[in-house]
This record gives sequence, C-alpha cells and structure tokens, in this order.
Amino acid sequence: MAAGATYEPIATTTAGGSSTNVTFNSISGGYTDLVLVISNVTAQIDNMGITLNSDTGSNYSRTIMQGYGSTKSSSKNNNQTYLYTMYKDTSGGNPVMSISQFLNYSNSTTYKSVLTRQETDSGGTKSVQAMASVWRSTSAITSISINSGNANFNSGAIFTLYGILVA
Amino acid sequence: MATTYTLIASSTVGSGGVSNIDFTSIPSTYADLLVKISIRTNAADVTDTIGITFNNNTSNYSFTRIRGNGTNVTASSASSQSNVETGYADGNNATASTFGNLEFYVPNYAGSNNKSFLSDGVSENNATEAYTGLWASLWGNTAAITSVKLVPITGSLFQQYSTAYLYGIKNS
Repeated sequence: MAAGATYEPIATTTAGGSSTNVTFNSISGGYTDLVLVISNVTAQIDNMGITLNSDTGSNYSRTIMQGYGSTKSSSKNNNQTYLYTMYKDTSGGNPVMSISQFLNYSNSTTYKSVLTRQETDSGGTKSVQAMASVWRSTSAITSISINSGNANFNSGAIFTLYGILVA
Repeated sequence: MATTYTLIASSTVGSGGVSNIDFTSIPSTYADLLVKISIRTNAADVTDTIGITFNNNTSNYSFTRIRGNGTNVTASSASSQSNVETGYADGNNATASTFGNLEFYVPNYAGSNNKSFLSDGVSENNATEAYTGLWASLWGNTAAITSVKLVPITGSLFQQYSTAYLYGIKNS
C-alpha cells in the first residue's frame, strides 16, 4: 500500500493538561480530504466541539445516531455554533476517541460536510455514535479548533490531523 | 514524504480454512493500528460475528453496539467478555462468494491506558438477513498491544479467500 503518497500527517498535538482548546492553523489546501483523529482523552469532556475558521456563528448542523447499552436514538440539531466531535463523557476514566472526515474541505463553492464516528464512556459504559454534520460556509477550511466544553484536556490526549490526496 | 500507513502483516486464508488469524510481534513504533478484514466463516448461519483478543488475554473486554438490519435498529452492550465482538462475517448459509467486511481502529495501542477502539462492519449479501453495525469497545488492560487474534464466534473456521490486513499508522 503506497499510502505515503496519499495519506499524510499534517500535524499532531499531545495535550499538556492545562488547556481546554487545541487548534490546527494554516491548513494547506493541497489535499482532497482531511481526517482528524482524537484519542486517549480521559478528561471529563462535555460535548467536545469543533469550530472551523474561527466561525462561532449558528452555521453548523448535525444528525446523530447513537447506541448506549440497549438504548438507541437519533437526533437532529440545526443552527448550532459548533460541530460535535465527541459527546459528553462522564466517567473521566477510560480513554475515548473519535475520527472525523472533512470532505472536499478546500473548495470554495460548496458547504462542507463532516462525517464522524466516536465512542464515549458514560459512567463506565461505552456509547457509540455516528454523526453527519454540515458547516454552512463555502470557505476553504484553513483552521480547526477543538474545545473540550468542560475541563482541560488531560495530559496525553492526542490530536492528529491527516491530509488525504487522491492523486 | 512520510509513510503514514505501513502494512505490518496480512493473512489470506487458503484451502481448508483456519481457526483463527493471529498477528503477533506487533512493534510499538506506530501511533495507531488499523485492521481491515474481509471474512467468511463456516457457521451454519447467514451471519457470524468476529471476536478479537489482544496479547492472548481473555478477560476484561466490553463493547456497545448499534446495528441495523434493513428494518430495525437495535443497540446492545456486554461487559466482562473473554473476547470482544468487533464486526460481522458472512456465514456458510450466506449468498455464495459474499464476505463480511469490517475494520477496527485502535489508537494509542502502545500506551499505558486501557485500550478503547472503534469498529464498523457489514454483512450485506443480497439476501434477507444482513447487518451493518458500529461498535465502541474496550480492553480493560494497560499493556501495550503486541498481538491481535481474530476468531469466529459461532463457526469454527475462517473460509478460503478471507483476508485480514494489519496497518500501523504514524502521526508524524
């Protein structure tokens, strides 16, 4: 698999334990898609959110499918001020993770779609979510800011942004 | 240019099948692991499930799953498992030549926390029974993962032409 030519780490940050925010700035437009992997999060987060290009307007929407124990649910939220990338985590114990794909992120014509899979931990029981989101902006994505929504990210939480090339 | 995805090992099942696929001696030099699987078992059913164990350890696995079968969506969870369900295989009664497909992503596999990971899988086979599912799983163990073993839950063999690929992912 000659993946080196198609899948590149753009930047990675390991949290130091003293901040609620991690930001990737100056993202090149030279890829086709972006993938953000967040892992080893053990802090008690509360609806960890992403804002794009520092836009905190009501320009985000999402549809979520979730499983938790024997409970399944789906929800829809329009006109939000950020993208969910991880639901509430109340345990603050076992690490949780998410993978988000930002499709055709650098075009200047269409709104931007984001697909996310994530798992959280509610009182020691994992929950799993699939989420489709839209940022209603035609701007190319040049920065991604992740906010914990609650406590500082734990020391050792890992945030990696990859770029994918189709050619 | 950095090589982000590296194929660590692969397995293609030959004639007669195998009872498991075992990736061993996984180096700790990557950030994350990704396993991609195309699989069919000899279970006397349309669908089988795939279980995994790490480091040959058979305790402290749990998962939560949400799945759809074309009509209904259900969710379930299990804890204190001896292995962890991580996706679907097509069984021996599935449409011929169809295979279940799944992948699971294990971040920070060499770290010292318990190991959480995400899986998704399908068993589509152009017949009445098929599933698509998403799993959140946990191995409650702080050891670095050095081996990954795949086993059929219902059947006893992975059938010929089943494949599994283990990738290491670097983040710098």
